[in-house]
Amino acid sequence: MDRIPILKMGEFLLVSIQVDMHDRLAMTLQEDLTERIVSAHAHGVLIDISSLDVVDSFIGRMLGHIAAMSRILDAETVVVGMRPAVAITLVELGLSLPGIRTALNVEKGMDVLRRAGNSRDRLLGENGHGTVAG
Amino acid sequence: MALLRAETLPISVDADVVMARQKVRAWAVEQGFGLVDQTKIVTAASELARNTLIHGGGGSMRLEALNDGAKKGLRLTFEDRGPGIADIELAMKDGYTTGTGLGLGLSGSKRLCNEFDIFSRLGEGTRISITRWK
Repeated sequence: MDRIPILKMGEFLLVSIQVDMHDRLAMTLQEDLTERIVSAHAHGVLIDISSLDVVDSFIGRMLGHIAAMSRILDAETVVVGMRPAVAITLVELGLSLPGIRTALNVEKGMDVLRRAGNSRDRLLGENGHGTVAG
Repeated sequence: MALLRAETLPISVDADVVMARQKVRAWAVEQGFGLVDQTKIVTAASELARNTLIHGGGGSMRLEALNDGAKKGLRLTFEDRGPGIADIELAMKDGYTTGTGLGLGLSGSKRLCNEFDIFSRLGEGTRISITRWK
């Protein structure tokens, strides 16, 4: 069975979607990622969609689910590399991907995750646990 | 209006939705569509092909390359013999869904095309036709 590879880099997970996914493959990725976040103690997930020439409502929903689930598991998700034509089409389709952080490319996406990690460390350092006041 | 070419593909499994996207992309390129227009019609095709599979229990997609004077276009017709749509007006509303999706498939794909026709009869099936002109 084909799978989208998930790479671990420090406390982050990297996924680059390079194929036109059928729906089941997208569901498998969602499940695999959720498990890996926990098993790898990951605090960030970067999803590169620069190879995708189409993002329809199903893939959009999958990205939203991944972002929501990783947040519950104390990990930040950033989606990078969306093509301009895909962005135009998504908005017209009615999908604005609420709750999903995006960045232009992998480098900028890694910055977003690192910054999120830094502020997280500060919070943990100050009060010894992960609760955020305000 | 001249019909330049036509082809019909089955939509009966997950992989057929992927095949439908790729076919529509190839035909849109052949008709001289720009990148944004290609992306829009491929995305609409993906939404409607998935509807045909999930709600219609499978069916077919017919591609037609059109030529209307100086204009070139692509018409896609999705047909199934599923349960049909009880209330088309309601089904066309943003956010309305009978499944677990976002309810953007019909309304969203209408926005992505220039012409949209829907015909459905309870117990007999649904036929949706979309056209995008260059």
